Amino acid sequence: MQKTMTNKEYQSYVEKMTPNSKTGRNVLRAFLVGGLICVVGQFISNVLKMKGYGQEQVSSIVSLIMIFLGALLTGLNIYDDLGRYAGAGSIVPITGFANSIVSPAMEFKSEGYVMGVGARMFVIAGPVLVYGISTSIVAGIIYFLLKQ
Amino acid sequence: MASKRLGKQTVKLQNPPSITSTASIVGPKEGKGPLRLFFDNIIEDEMWGEKSWEKAESKLIRETFSKILQKAGKTSQEINYVISGDLLNQCIAANFGLRESDVPFFGVYGACSTIAESMSIGAMLVDGGFADDVVCITSSHFCSAEKQFRYPLELGTQRPPAAQWTVTGSGGVLLSGKGPGPYITHITTGKIVDMGIKDANNMGAAMAPAAVDTIVTHFKDTGFTPESYDLILTGDLGAIGKEICIELVKEQGFNIANIYNDCGVMIFDREKQDTHAGGSGCGCAATVFAGFVYKKLMDGTLKNVLFIATGALLSPVSTQQGESIPSIAHAISITTSLNQ
Amino acid sequence: MDNTIMTYVSAFIVGGVICAVGQILIDKTKLTSARILVLFVSAGAVLTALGVYQKLVEIGGAGATIPLTGFGYNLVTGTFKEVDKLGVLGAFTGGVKAAAAGIAAAIFFGYLMSVAFTPKAKR
Repeated sequence: MQKTMTNKEYQSYVEKMTPNSKTGRNVLRAFLVGGLICVVGQFISNVLKMKGYGQEQVSSIVSLIMIFLGALLTGLNIYDDLGRYAGAGSIVPITGFANSIVSPAMEFKSEGYVMGVGARMFVIAGPVLVYGISTSIVAGIIYFLLKQ
Repeated sequence: MASKRLGKQTVKLQNPPSITSTASIVGPKEGKGPLRLFFDNIIEDEMWGEKSWEKAESKLIRETFSKILQKAGKTSQEINYVISGDLLNQCIAANFGLRESDVPFFGVYGACSTIAESMSIGAMLVDGGFADDVVCITSSHFCSAEKQFRYPLELGTQRPPAAQWTVTGSGGVLLSGKGPGPYITHITTGKIVDMGIKDANNMGAAMAPAAVDTIVTHFKDTGFTPESYDLILTGDLGAIGKEICIELVKEQGFNIANIYNDCGVMIFDREKQDTHAGGSGCGCAATVFAGFVYKKLMDGTLKNVLFIATGALLSPVSTQQGESIPSIAHAISITTSLNQ
Repeated sequence: MDNTIMTYVSAFIVGGVICAVGQILIDKTKLTSARILVLFVSAGAVLTALGVYQKLVEIGGAGATIPLTGFGYNLVTGTFKEVDKLGVLGAFTGGVKAAAAGIAAAIFFGYLMSVAFTPKAKR
């Protein structure tokens, strides 16, 4: 092709021609939905504290319930619509973590329960565990060394 | 030089094959779109009674293939070749869909350009005296494509404005040595073009340079101009790619704005159906051509069409390795009357 | 009573802001959602290690623990506790121990839901 543009020129041209997301609207929606999901978590936490549970237990039980809710809403075909609307407001909370596990698990059921569901369950959430746990181990080792 | 070659990338057929039959079956979303009245069948849901998206896509090809034969009044024994492919790894939709077809099979991969690629090869087989009847068919399926290329369906993600919606649908044609037209007269085969776009959510921009290259080369090889055609139609550049294509072709001296459209833009109602930049996938160009364009050629509304299907030749692996998106566009020149 | 309402308001605001930051990253950068999740959990872990995130948890409660940054916080506080008890072994056991409920729930409910439900096409 008689190139009238270099690759770099074409890439800047494409930048110009491509519409941007409506960031303002998206950020507001993410704020509202993310905030609401956290309020739900806070409600469960308050109720448990009133019933006399200790902090560690409360934290574990709240995780459990929020993950269950995220998983259930994914199964019921609701969470993807929430995600389309709220973006980060549904991805960032721990319910989004559950969604990222349940959605591939459901999708790959056709490939069987071992190599489909079992293997693919962590295709999106796996990195979270790898990097989260690794970072905490490094932090723990540094903490230990600093204590010496 | 080989006797039928014109210029750099074009061949002029001496025994132009007729497009004697077409068929298209689409999914529910396409069945609610602006072209819904032009498809042969609209299925009620994407699973279509099968156990997986991939099996449903195979069924789409299988049923569309049958319909093409049924409309032409032919049996599979009378078909010399079927040329097919799809987006899935190893083209399993086509392979399994045509498993029982009992017809000599050529599998091709052109991504979303597959229909034009298969029609190009099919037309050459007929023109060259190697076949009397060839079926060229392809498909795509929103769910199987998302599963392979992007994200699980139930994942809560947002699609950016430039993203396109893979069409669920299968479309195909029967090319015959004998027939009343419309005829394929010229084929301009595309080269792989890559201008460094890496964003798999902006396929239209990635593929536009390939379309521009093929369109301009077609004009230069044949001596045709935009005025030679009633419609110049690309496969799935989408709303953004369409604008880019018009501008870049104009820069090379050809103004196609008045007669140019894109199947991805035509197949969905952008506002009502929330499809962002438009439709994409092998099935996009295939169903729009087999349904809408063919009907318009047959009823005389369109007389001369340049049909260019565009494909993005990437894979999930290449994207993860940080590669850009090489693309290709194949052009087919179609006319209703050979005396022009 | 006022105290309880304050917990909801702070949770809403802190949680909302963290998600808003995520949304800005989605819209303005080419980061995929998987990479953003990794970024958030690591950021939460690092900020906790630096002693910063605890203050956010004090202010925002669930607004700081529900987002994925809170998962990082959970991992690191658990790690530090175990290091205090067991020394360097605690660096390995502490995080997973603290996150045990979440990880087990994710695996088990993930499996359960995939058995019970099938994905539907988007419209």
